[in-house]
Amino acid sequence: MTGSLTAIGLALAAMAAGIGIGQIGGRAMDAIARQPEAVGDIRANMILTAALVEGAALIAMVLGFIL
Amino acid sequence: MRSTLFTLFLVSGFLVFANGQEGHGDEHQQDTAHMQDSAHTDDNHSACGCHHDEEEFPEYNPTASAFHHIGDANAFHIVGDIYIPLPCILYAPDHGLTTMLSSKFEAHHHGNGEKAIDRYVLVHGEVKRVADPAFPMGEVEIECISHVMEMHEGKEVEEPIVVYGGTCYHLENRSTLDGGVFGGGITSFYDFSITKNVFTMLLVMLVLFLVFRSVAKAYTARRGMAPKGLQGFLEPIVLFIQDEVAKPFIGAEKYHKYLPFLLSIFFFILSLNLIGQIPFFPGSANVTGNLGVTLVLALFTFLVVNLNGKKNYWKHIFWMPGVPAPIKLILTPVEVLGLFIKPFTLMLRLFANITAGHIVVLSFVGLIFIFGKSGASLGGSLGGALASIPLTMFIMAIELLVAFIQAFVFTLLTASYIGAAIEEEHH
Repeated sequence: MTGSLTAIGLALAAMAAGIGIGQIGGRAMDAIARQPEAVGDIRANMILTAALVEGAALIAMVLGFIL
Repeated sequence: MRSTLFTLFLVSGFLVFANGQEGHGDEHQQDTAHMQDSAHTDDNHSACGCHHDEEEFPEYNPTASAFHHIGDANAFHIVGDIYIPLPCILYAPDHGLTTMLSSKFEAHHHGNGEKAIDRYVLVHGEVKRVADPAFPMGEVEIECISHVMEMHEGKEVEEPIVVYGGTCYHLENRSTLDGGVFGGGITSFYDFSITKNVFTMLLVMLVLFLVFRSVAKAYTARRGMAPKGLQGFLEPIVLFIQDEVAKPFIGAEKYHKYLPFLLSIFFFILSLNLIGQIPFFPGSANVTGNLGVTLVLALFTFLVVNLNGKKNYWKHIFWMPGVPAPIKLILTPVEVLGLFIKPFTLMLRLFANITAGHIVVLSFVGLIFIFGKSGASLGGSLGGALASIPLTMFIMAIELLVAFIQAFVFTLLTASYIGAAIEEEHH
């Protein structure tokens, strides 16, 4: 069982990012339901924010590989 | 005109970086002399000699197989023993330049060459160099390429070796860009070859150039008329990038200057993502899943953003207004770090998404070999195929989506960074 701590760390990072992106997606759906006419703006900002959250998970992943 | 220039920049950048990065995966190299001894003594299962892989069903190693298939290669594998040779341009400081076609290595089934040329050999489709200077120069027939298990920092790692004249020779990878600082080790040669990835990039550039050239001609020839054919296909995409990405993030007055860059980057990434999805000849190169390629793409974004940064942008990084001085001392380092983290995540996001997708596909294909005990059991293989085909198709469909999303996200984030950099003071 070598490297299992790294795996746990990676799993935690993926979980946290999943929760974060889930929140973003869910809230975006709410917002679209409330204001369907703003769907373009909401979608662009949703993807942007999701990408930024994903960045944190990616950094964790790379650190996991290096350390 | 400007987009052509950008493309040219990209080409020159990639040719250097894409190659320099290759060896990064194999981080475990060591000095040769002592390795040779250890191969003889430490290894308990007959290190030297060819335990021929020609046993009927060699054991299937999913990890090695997946990494081999997402990696770059010096020859384009078609099927069986058929390879499309690619030019090798190798430079070793102690020997000088060696140029040849990779067909000279006479690679067989597993991409292992049967010849060594000036101490270079082909291992799994990748050029490596025999580390020992005692190995003869020129064209030499080698006995085989084999593997030994070695201990590196507590981990057992498979190391390729060349057997020639009853002796084992260890191999060196091409030099990595970091110059060996991050554990790659300083190696004896540089690989400037037109590899599979470089070839695919050149192909994609040619196709994009021809397509956009013809579309641009159509706009002058058919001025004022409705778009037709290719023009009608590309116009909505170009307009989408202009209206949904460039205008809102950069601003309606200033987006013109950056639109060619954004469009080049978008179409380049998108085409490479899509061509990487094709599992056979014109595709099959995992270009955007190569850290070196995404590094150069992110570097261009970094340069465009920071060279265009206005006074306001730099002020907000180094001495943000309206913040108490002690807090500024904490925030400034964070902002300076952020300067580099932004392109860094840009690089990783594209790389990780594409690579992850490919690895998942390869794992599902690997199910066939795992269930079928590497070909020994027909029933197991069929069962594996039954499970693997729908799963692979599902992931491929998702990957198709990811190909578009990642190209879009890269462009979107680039636009938002540019927008933040050129914003004028308004408070």
